[in-house]
Amino acid sequence: MEEHTKAKKYGMVIDLDKCTGCGACMAACMAENNVPFKKDESNKLDSITWMRVYKLTNGKKFPEAEICYIPRPCMHCEGDHGHAPCVSVCPAVATDYSHETGIVSQIYTRCFGCRYCMAACPYHARYFNWWDPVWPDGMEKYLSPNVSPRMRGVVEKCSFCFHRYQLAMNKAYVEGHRELKEDEYQTSCTQACPAGAIIFGDLNNPGHAVCQIAKPDHKHGGRPMNPNAFRLLERLGTNPKVYYLSSRRWVRRAGDNYIKDEGKQGNH
Amino acid sequence: MSTLDDKSEETVEQVETTKSTGKEQKNGSWGIVLIFFVIGLVGSLAVGWWIFPKLLYSQKKQPIDFNHVIHVAAVEEGCESCHFFREDGSFSGVPKLAQCVDCHEEVMGEDPNEAKFVEEYVAKGNEVPWLVYSRQPDCVFFSHAVHVKMGKVDCVTCHGHIGESTHSRVYEENRLTGYSRDIWGKNIAGLKKNTWDRMKMDDCAECHAENKAVPKIVETLPWPISWMPRPYEKPASSQIKVHIEKDACFVCHK
Repeated sequence: MEEHTKAKKYGMVIDLDKCTGCGACMAACMAENNVPFKKDESNKLDSITWMRVYKLTNGKKFPEAEICYIPRPCMHCEGDHGHAPCVSVCPAVATDYSHETGIVSQIYTRCFGCRYCMAACPYHARYFNWWDPVWPDGMEKYLSPNVSPRMRGVVEKCSFCFHRYQLAMNKAYVEGHRELKEDEYQTSCTQACPAGAIIFGDLNNPGHAVCQIAKPDHKHGGRPMNPNAFRLLERLGTNPKVYYLSSRRWVRRAGDNYIKDEGKQGNH
Repeated sequence: MSTLDDKSEETVEQVETTKSTGKEQKNGSWGIVLIFFVIGLVGSLAVGWWIFPKLLYSQKKQPIDFNHVIHVAAVEEGCESCHFFREDGSFSGVPKLAQCVDCHEEVMGEDPNEAKFVEEYVAKGNEVPWLVYSRQPDCVFFSHAVHVKMGKVDCVTCHGHIGESTHSRVYEENRLTGYSRDIWGKNIAGLKKNTWDRMKMDDCAECHAENKAVPKIVETLPWPISWMPRPYEKPASSQIKVHIEKDACFVCHK
């Protein structure tokens, strides 16, 4: 049984010019993925947010002061041939890189909570469950059966709503094919964004919007060829699959670490 | 002198007799140790292999004793007549009452189980609380669609010859984990003869590893990071074929 299926590379493009920082993506993500919330969500050492919106400022005073919101899911780094920073440090093989979908998985029942991956992740995309989730009365019935809830002592993170991929593939199998259309698999945050700032699809498929917008240069580690596109901490070589768009130069520069006076133009 | 010699001989004899009785006593105590050892060994084996499994699994009866043979004979499409795929790709699993009602709106035969079913569930509109032998733990993602439709795996491969059963067997639930005994398997040592004897991760992995041995070729784009030093040569062509050696975790987990 020899099957020729093109390897997918699911990724995201987030247009920061469109993002209003409303946080709908965060709320949609928590509801979709059974993410536990705490009584005191202001304690950021304890709270878990697979998708988190950060606020950036250019540090200038009025009238030049500007702000920008950056939604940050897991970047699903490909690194060099699947050697994502978190994947290569996991001693339990509880997280791995799928070459078929390009998604970095996290198996909660396999994780034993050493948190090496959290230390390795430069994006703070991974969170540790310090406590068992406590749901308000009756809320357990509203949990999604497609995502297994996590227990105390394990690490969790954004999965690009992988269960939606699984369900979409099920439908495809019953219909007798193995390829998904662009709209058949979309993440929860993508669909929730009222501004349409988040776009999701296969970066290997030239027909998908993500590929057309970010124009990833596969010969150069997926670097975007769109001059307005950038990736967070590009210079680390993590090869992330989440691209950001911004027409503002200071935002694009904020996506990476530069020492003062380093190459005034930067890479972009 | 002679009397003295006699005495000394006597003492020697006495010593010899006391020595021999001492040996016999020693042998006797070893025997007791051996007996206790054997009793202990047999006892702990009996507890471990027989009593503990009995205690570990609770025995539950299905609400209705179901006869597969009669039903398979009555329907046209075999297993899929009742255990079918929905349009969205999900698998129906154990049928809901609505499907049973299609035929069983009223009592059709003479089986007291059917009469009970119609009276207690159909008439009142209550779903039957079937106990599912093959229910997997929450962390498992299993797609019937890919196994049955794409992999062409028979129902029997995992579920055994359940279609040939005339009675519902006892459902055994692990008191510690709450999982069905079918997951671990009937054999407490974890030995299996047939593919359907167990439903553990090992059993999934066994088959997945076998099927991965048949090369699954995936066309990928070469995406070396050209500005980083590389320990190996870049692939020359733009289309390379790689053999995926293992499945990603998310294939079977959620």
